[in-house]
Formats: sequence, structure tokens, C-alpha cells
Amino acid sequence: MVKIKPNVAVSESGFLFNPANGESYSLNPVGTRIFGFLKEGKSYEEIRDSFMREYTVDHDSFERDYDDFVNMLKQYNLTERDEEEV
Amino acid sequence: MEKQRYERPVIKKLETNMPNKFGTQTELAPKTHIDNVPVKKLIEEFGSPLFVVSEQTIRKTFAKAKKAFTTRYPKVQFAWSYKTNYQNAICNVFHQEGSWAEVVSGFEYEKALRNGVDGKKIIFNGPDKTVDDLKLAIENDSLLHIDHLDELYTIIELAGNGGKKPKVAIRVNMDTGVYPMWDRFGFNYENGQAWDALNKIMRSNKLELVGLHTHIGTFMLSANAYSVAAYKLAELALGIQKKYSHEIKYIDMGGGFASKNTLKGAYMPGTDTNPTFDDFAEAITSALINSDFKPDKLPLLILETGRALIDDAGYLLGTVISNKRLADGKRTTILDIGVNLMFTSFWYDHKVTPAQPFSHYTENTVLYGPLCMNIDVIRENANLPLLNKGEHVVVHSVGAYNMTQWMQFITLRPNIVMIDEKATPHLIREKETLDSLMSYEKVPEHLKKFDL
Ligand SMILES: Cc1ncc(COP(=O)(O)O)c(C=O)c1O
Repeated sequence: MVKIKPNVAVSESGFLFNPANGESYSLNPVGTRIFGFLKEGKSYEEIRDSFMREYTVDHDSFERDYDDFVNMLKQYNLTERDEEEV
Repeated sequence: MEKQRYERPVIKKLETNMPNKFGTQTELAPKTHIDNVPVKKLIEEFGSPLFVVSEQTIRKTFAKAKKAFTTRYPKVQFAWSYKTNYQNAICNVFHQEGSWAEVVSGFEYEKALRNGVDGKKIIFNGPDKTVDDLKLAIENDSLLHIDHLDELYTIIELAGNGGKKPKVAIRVNMDTGVYPMWDRFGFNYENGQAWDALNKIMRSNKLELVGLHTHIGTFMLSANAYSVAAYKLAELALGIQKKYSHEIKYIDMGGGFASKNTLKGAYMPGTDTNPTFDDFAEAITSALINSDFKPDKLPLLILETGRALIDDAGYLLGTVISNKRLADGKRTTILDIGVNLMFTSFWYDHKVTPAQPFSHYTENTVLYGPLCMNIDVIRENANLPLLNKGEHVVVHSVGAYNMTQWMQFITLRPNIVMIDEKATPHLIREKETLDSLMSYEKVPEHLKKFDL
């Protein structure tokens, strides 16, 4: 499961600041939404299901985009490292 | 409850003090309609990719160019450069607007004839006119623009066989201060080749010297170069008058005006920097008017403008096949538009816009075509909103050279549609099929069977 670092938060408009290194980021609405879900500790399945209900997107496309997005979060050091990844 | 439009999630690092030179603001408005016809509907009806030509834009652009010249000079004639786009429907819009035809090959010549252009109003340029081409053109009183001495001798020989007196001009190349100088076509002004050819024509007594021609280059960004060229042709014309008491009828300045496209690597968009029709017209007409021609003896001014008259009227519609991230993290989008359909992507950073509304989030994206080749890049860097698979894009200003230099390579050539001034789309060239492609092929009998 993807865990966002505790001190990182995103504003409603999609502005994200990482106090650990002073970097800031901009997220689009879908990105902001996913980030919010992750912050709440939701699982991929939960997030996917609420997207299926609310957006015009299919499973496969969503999964691919989700994975890509989470990879970017990891690259930017915004997530806690999973044990198995170390 | 209606579902919200999905856009793939993005997170972008905000860089301070980093101006973004890729993409311009205008790129960020969706192009949902072309001349009031929805892009979506065009693709549904005619497929993707699809070339779309706006009749209204052609006529408006032509009117602008014509006005720039006719308000400054008494006698002006445009001749449509067939190679720039020789779809018959397009040629005929120009012919309806009064353009003659300018052709550079036997098949273009016959195309103009079949379109109904009077042979007297066809200018025949280019280094490769066959003896048969020349005979036909002489018979039709067409205007032969001689490119080299071998051609000159052939025409003199053909004229010797009785029949009609060929109407000729020579193509002149010259130094206009612009690099590279196009000196491979025609006769050079500075080194005396042009005079040499003119003397041969005048002394042969078999040809009627009707004009002088030049084409100094293409996508010229300097209006001043035309001023130099017009002045040099005027000098030649006046010299002939003095030496042979012969008045030429026209000066043909060729084509080459830059369209509004943006050259690759240019920092500013072409719409802001490229000279206008007025700039080119001012340069050419003032050079002619300020030369030593008597005001009532000014020659007809012919223009063979190609790309600047048709680029903006052409669109290429396409569809997103996939989004992909490269190993270095860079975003890429694969379109169904390849460089085989868009030759000009090697020269220009074509403006590309989504065909549907989007949020204001953008990402720097490489636009790839569908061909299995590394060179298949439509834009190396486009600052684009997020596009989903299956959504459509509009590539702008592709009217010149793409619908003639396109290749049937991996994919077949698509439909071309022209939208008329009442917003009705007409299919003007049908897409190729495997049948049309294979109809040219022959398989020898012994190769027809195999066992695998
Ligand atoms: C002789 C001649 N005339 C006219 C043109 C049209 O040029 P452009 O499209 O640059 O206006 C060309 C194109 O190369 C040409 O060779």
C-alpha cells in the first residue's frame, strides 16, 4: 500500500509543499483527488471504485494512470518507503 | 448524476525562475470546430487521421494577398503553384479566384489542362520538361520558363520545325543577400549567364521572349531580398529594351513568402515574426515602380505564391493512441498521425491543439506518430493539456506540401475533406485502400504460391 509522508499535504487547488526539502508541486484535480485518498489511507481498490462511479474512465486506463502517478510520487520522495521495496 | 470528464492524474514540480519556452498560450485553446463543423463529427464521418481544408480560409487569404499587391501596383497576376497542393478542388478554388497555373512537371501540366486552365495561362517551370512536354506546351502557347542551356537549345530546335513560336522566359538566380543562395536553378545574374541566355534567345529569332522569372527561395523571412531581386530583374528587362528594343511583358517573382508557421528552433511564434503580404508587396512593387520603367510601361507582375496562400487553410485531425512515459520520465503521446503524412513536421513546430475542452493543467509532451521509426516525431516539445486515449487533436497550418509530399508508408493516405463556405464538408480525395495500393502490383507467376 502507498503511504504518503505525514508532513506533506495538498491544498484544494492542487498546490503541494514538501517541508522536508522546500520543493513545491502542482497537481491537477484528478491528481489532487487521488492524493487525498492516499492520504486518508485508502487502498487502490477503494480509490478505483470511487473513480469508476464518478468519472468517465475504464479500469485499465485508470490502473495504468494510477501506477504512473504513484511512481511519480515515489520519484519525488513524497511517499514512505515500503519495507519490501528497500 | 452525470460523470465528470476524466483526465489522467499529474503532479508537476514547480520550478522557480524557469521561463517555459515551449508552446504558446494560443496553443491552449481547444479547436472543437473547423468552420462551424464539429471536429468530432468530421472524424466520425470521414475517419482519423483526416486532412481538412477550409475553402473560406483559402478565399480570405487569397483576397488579402491580392489586395496587398493590387493596391500598390497596376497589373498583378497570381499563378497557383500546383506542387504546393494539387488536389483539383483546391486548384479550382484558386482558379475561381483568378489564378493561373504554375506547374513543374508533365503530369502537373496535364492536370492544369484537365482542370480547364487555358494553355496560355499555364506557366511551365522546372528543369525536367521532356521533349513531349515541350511540344505540347508550345502547341498550347503556354509560358515556358527555361531553366538551363540544354533546354534552351531543345526549344530552339523544336521551334525550327515550323509551327508556333514558343513563348519563353528565363529563370534567373541571383544574390539577394540571403543564404543559402538558390543558384542551381536557372541562369545566374551576377556572372553574366542570364545575359548570355537572353542574347541566345534574342539572336535565334525563333522564340518570343515574354518575361523574366525568379524564385529566390522558400519560406523567406526577409522581404528585402525580394526588393533586391525585383530590382535586378527590372535592370535586365530595361537592358533588353535598350539593346534589342524589345519589351518583355511580365516579371515573375516566383513564390517563397513565409507562411505563419513557426520554424523549428525559433524562439518566437511565426505569427508574431514573419513578414506579411503587405511587407512582401511593398518590397517588390516599390522596387519595380522606382526602377527606370516608364509609368505606363510597367510590366505585368506575376506571383507564384504557394505556401503562404494555403498553409493556414489546411488542418490535420488525429487521435490519441496511447500515453507513455519514457525511461527518463518524459511524457509522450502517440498519435495516429505519422511524419509520412506530415512532411512539414521536419521544418516546423506545428501548432497542435486538443479538439475537446480540457482543464488548464499542461505537461511538456513529445508527440510521436504511429510509425515504427525513431524519426516519427510530430513535435519534440509541446506544452499540452492532458490528452486521454481516443481523444482528438488538431494540427494547424498543414495546407502546403503535405497533401503532395505525403508517403504511403506503413499507413495509407487518408481522406481529404473540404468544408465549403456554407459549412458543408465535401470529400475531395478518397482515402487509399489495400486494393488501390495492390492494383499497381504484379506478382510473377512463379512467385504466386508457397508452402510454409
Ligand atoms: C518555381 C517555383 N515557384 C513557386 C513555388 C512556390 O513556393 P512557395 O510555396 O514557397 O511560395 C516554388 C516552390 O518551390 C517554385 O519552385
